[in-house]
Amino acid sequence: MKESAVKSPQETFERIQERALAEWDALSNSPKPRITIGTATCGRAAGALEVLKTFKEELAEKRVDAIITEVGCMGHCYAEPLVVITKPGLPPICYGYVTPGIAARLISDYILGNDPCPEFALGALEENELIPTIFDQPRFQYEKRILLARCGDIDPEDINQYIANGGYAALLKALGMAPQDIIEDITRSGLRGRGGAGFPTGDKWQICRDAPGTARYVICNADEGDPGAFMDRAILESDPHSVIEGMIIAGYAVGAAKGYIYVRIEYPLAVARVDTALRQSAELGLLGDDIMGHGFGFEIEVMRGSGAFVCGEETALIASLEGRRGWPWHRPPFPATEGLKNQPTLINNVKTLASVPPIIDRGAEWFANIGTPASKGTAVFALAGKVLNTGLIEIPMGTTLRKLIFEVGGGIPNGRKFKAVQIGGPSGGCLPESLLDLPIDFDSLTEAGAMMGSGGMVILDEDNCMVDTARYFLDFTRKESCGKCTFCRLGTAQMLDILEDITRGEGNPGDIALLEELAADIKGGALCGLGKTAPNPILTTLRYFHEEYEAHIAEKRCPAKVCPELTAFYILPVKCERSCDACVGSCPVEAIFSGKKGIKVIDQEKCVKCGSCVDACPPQYSAVIRISPVSELPPSEPRPPDKNGKD
Amino acid sequence: MEKIKLTIDGVPIRAKQGEKVLFAALDAGIYIPNLCAISGVRPHAGCRLCFVEIEGRPQPVTACTEEVAEGAIVHTDGPRIRRLQRTALELLLASHPIECKTCPANKHCELQNIASFLKVNLNTKRFRKKLRDLPVDDSHPDIILDPNMCVVCSKCIWACVEQRGIGALNYAFRGDRTIISAFGGDRLVDTRCDGCGLCAEVCPVGAISKNVKKST
Repeated sequence: MKESAVKSPQETFERIQERALAEWDALSNSPKPRITIGTATCGRAAGALEVLKTFKEELAEKRVDAIITEVGCMGHCYAEPLVVITKPGLPPICYGYVTPGIAARLISDYILGNDPCPEFALGALEENELIPTIFDQPRFQYEKRILLARCGDIDPEDINQYIANGGYAALLKALGMAPQDIIEDITRSGLRGRGGAGFPTGDKWQICRDAPGTARYVICNADEGDPGAFMDRAILESDPHSVIEGMIIAGYAVGAAKGYIYVRIEYPLAVARVDTALRQSAELGLLGDDIMGHGFGFEIEVMRGSGAFVCGEETALIASLEGRRGWPWHRPPFPATEGLKNQPTLINNVKTLASVPPIIDRGAEWFANIGTPASKGTAVFALAGKVLNTGLIEIPMGTTLRKLIFEVGGGIPNGRKFKAVQIGGPSGGCLPESLLDLPIDFDSLTEAGAMMGSGGMVILDEDNCMVDTARYFLDFTRKESCGKCTFCRLGTAQMLDILEDITRGEGNPGDIALLEELAADIKGGALCGLGKTAPNPILTTLRYFHEEYEAHIAEKRCPAKVCPELTAFYILPVKCERSCDACVGSCPVEAIFSGKKGIKVIDQEKCVKCGSCVDACPPQYSAVIRISPVSELPPSEPRPPDKNGKD
Repeated sequence: MEKIKLTIDGVPIRAKQGEKVLFAALDAGIYIPNLCAISGVRPHAGCRLCFVEIEGRPQPVTACTEEVAEGAIVHTDGPRIRRLQRTALELLLASHPIECKTCPANKHCELQNIASFLKVNLNTKRFRKKLRDLPVDDSHPDIILDPNMCVVCSKCIWACVEQRGIGALNYAFRGDRTIISAFGGDRLVDTRCDGCGLCAEVCPVGAISKNVKKST
């Protein structure tokens, strides 16, 4: 390669882009069939690596020349492992729930034959005559992919695929702008922090740029830790360069030369893919001294956090990064003025940083036109729990919860009834059916007592006990409390004790009032955001599901029939198919015996309330039911005495 | 240096710039309950007892983290302040063995003082008693460490690590299991502790005390 003496960033980038585009063209227009497999963590958990292995082995054995590309999360985590097959001249077809057996079929019938196996297909990715497209599903009417645009489409370990799809063009554009103009663009776009609190990003950048200091730092907060949340992991695993590019632009805008990605070590694949991405960026001169010959230098280091939830709090994160105990400090000073090594430090969430390149690329006005007046752009949610289409989704701010859960998420499985949506993780709250028409934006959710949070969304149905749900989240915050301040350290433990008593049927009439008092004091008195928001799961369930608390305390009844101490299992004699022994075999403690006429009976003394018999009882009988309160259990016939020492 | 003029509980006060409201008040003889504050050190802000109200601020704030501001009007008493302080104190008392008669800190214990100031019974029953039954480290000839008594104010860590540069003491575990422990979970006698006793002097309760029996 000939190198001329001095090149402008424009020329440097064009050469990089040219090669990337040529590679992408060759891949897209290859005469060989192309197999794309989602191997992010969601895919791997469902067996994507076995599917990948089968494809490789079968192709080798059958001597088929095909291209296999590993990509990140396509968003349809419910249908993992996902595979897209593109045969030259035919539309790409997406297959879901792929097993090694299906993989072998797809090779023999479609790649070698002409049968696209529509029975395994979720849909085609282009309009065609053969197979309905995946875009006919209702979720695509509501989804708007900006941050997830490339996720599941490109190989996250190949920087050229990112560049060929528009990557690093925003960086080139930014380097041609004055830093102050970039900050103004971010401010005009209306972008707010995606870590949960929703602080205006442009303001934070401006404060950091204006703060006096001898050095400045940019930190990407990838310490995602809410139960059920996996947005940041998916983005780092699927499109790591979008975050890196955002960080470099942020560094240039605020005047920083060094960035850190603080990512939890429980995300090994994300760490590995970020490491690879950083190496590739540096090799192309997009990171390091003198980026693209512009003169601006920026380097990024990965810091692996050990997984303490509180280290997602920015002052605790900085303490951890400095090698000190990861606990929060009083703000102000805010990190933007006095952060890492007491220097101005910009800390942004993964999604905030990944939003930066599209804003620079397509303009602040374009971004500001998406969403609501006060919450611009899109929101990425990890949809989990009792919903059909679990996975990663991106919708414009302002979409209602109802649309998100029932149209995009496909509603509640097994004909069950929706009860609540837990949004915002341990800092968020549970919102009931009556609030489903609430628009998803920072302020509406906070007003309702929940929180936008980082994007975790867990759907609960009628089989979930709300007291137990609050207990679950309090158990989490109690364990994750750093222990620094009195309210969080001791207050969450006290609240958990009260909740545990209530779920055990040992609650007292004064417990609700005590919970309310303590929750209000912790909210008002705790040191950091974790403590201040820890009572939210209790406060929202008390506000919207008060009757469930009352039932637990006053009637010793768990309305959802979940809390084991308040629930008994019972076999309805009229429904029991006498000669069937399914429940007997399923019981791990031999609590079920055959009574008169062979009807099965549960020995309540022995029953450990595991629920195995409910699952084991064939659906045509559905004879095992749950009863709460336990006092309503009909009398059962006594267990016959042992005949030969064994029942 | 120009002094800042502010009013605390109606008393006009002059304090140096950058001073925290807590120490400005204490210097002027106005008591605000506190366990973890150390003058001139980055506020630990962990005990959550020194709440005050500053006019114009929507919520009570901790006096140890608030810098004095010209013309500020500060109140150290009021229902919102007392409610937060009492809850914090009662949470601490619920996790603290009330064995004052045998405690080395008896009569000079900050918990006793604050409880008396806030009119809270040491044996308050509002919350469940949650004691931990942790082993007492009396291995060292000069220092006894009883983590059961600890209120996690962190003053001893400041004394041992920041002041003395020894680092015999540090935090262990997190959440409500957080304790002050000899470094690495060792016995104190196996650490670099030189028995200077600064930790015992700054301990507001009876968690760290001088080993009277052995040293006499």
